[in-house]
Amino acid sequence: MSKVTVTVTLKPALLDAQGRTIQEALHSLGYTDVKNVRVGKVIELETANPEDAKAMCEKLLANPVMESYHIEVDANGVAE
Amino acid sequence: MSGFTAGVIVFPGSNCDRDAANAWKELGCGEAKLLWHQSTDLQNVDIVIVPGGFSYGDALRAGAIARFAPIMDEVAKFAAGGGLVMGICNGFQILCEAGLLPGALARNEGLKFVCKHVDLRVETTNSPFTSACEKDATLSIPIAHGEGRYVCTPEMHAQLVDEDRILFRYASDNPNGSQDDIAGVLGGPRRNVMGMMPHPERAVRVGLGSADGACMFQSILATLTQAQV
Repeated sequence: MSKVTVTVTLKPALLDAQGRTIQEALHSLGYTDVKNVRVGKVIELETANPEDAKAMCEKLLANPVMESYHIEVDANGVAE
Repeated sequence: MSGFTAGVIVFPGSNCDRDAANAWKELGCGEAKLLWHQSTDLQNVDIVIVPGGFSYGDALRAGAIARFAPIMDEVAKFAAGGGLVMGICNGFQILCEAGLLPGALARNEGLKFVCKHVDLRVETTNSPFTSACEKDATLSIPIAHGEGRYVCTPEMHAQLVDEDRILFRYASDNPNGSQDDIAGVLGGPRRNVMGMMPHPERAVRVGLGSADGACMFQSILATLTQAQV
């Protein structure tokens, strides 16, 4: 089994309202140089077929109209 | 029994299914059947309504899971054949996720769930859903959503404008940051599929705060009646 980590974020062209709010909070804490805060979701899964991850993203895990995704496969796998 | 039969799809978490069925019956359009999402039989209904609610608890994204329900293949076939399909709120989200309508619904720009009456402008009456409405009329219709910010690619937006497929825009305040103030769009091979975030089925009687949604049901009734003769 391989462990697959999928990160889904809104496409860069779209306003990320949560990211904007967090960025404002960081600024008010004094981290005034922070920019481009984006919030996404992380989906972890275990599968014997990590090559299917792209299809899973296209079909279900991300909405390609508004979201980008990034797939990481843990080469060490997970203990069965 | 005269009139037409509406099929209202029920998913786990739908909560406007009975409102939609009630509006259909109350406005004299005919009978309404509730169709369970696991079914693969549309029971020869004349129109499919995909209602509002929170199917599957909005897990992952609103509508992302519901679009794979067994009945959705039948809805897609029905739409491809020119059948009328109306998606309201979560129904709009589901139809976009299913690819039956263009675009997607993102989290509201203000991050809040917004529940209030809004003013909608009727942008086109060239549709089975608004033919009996007045173009540019303002309708007071309630919204209740947290993920209603309509987004699509610039190319798709240009196409929607060119083909007169923007059905409604928010007339005064844009409550969710929707691109170009879009509140509802048309799709399907014969402009026979629509989706909108506001709830016309909740605005069919003055006692509900507005009866402005009734003109949509009257439009659908007129369209179906005309198709029959």
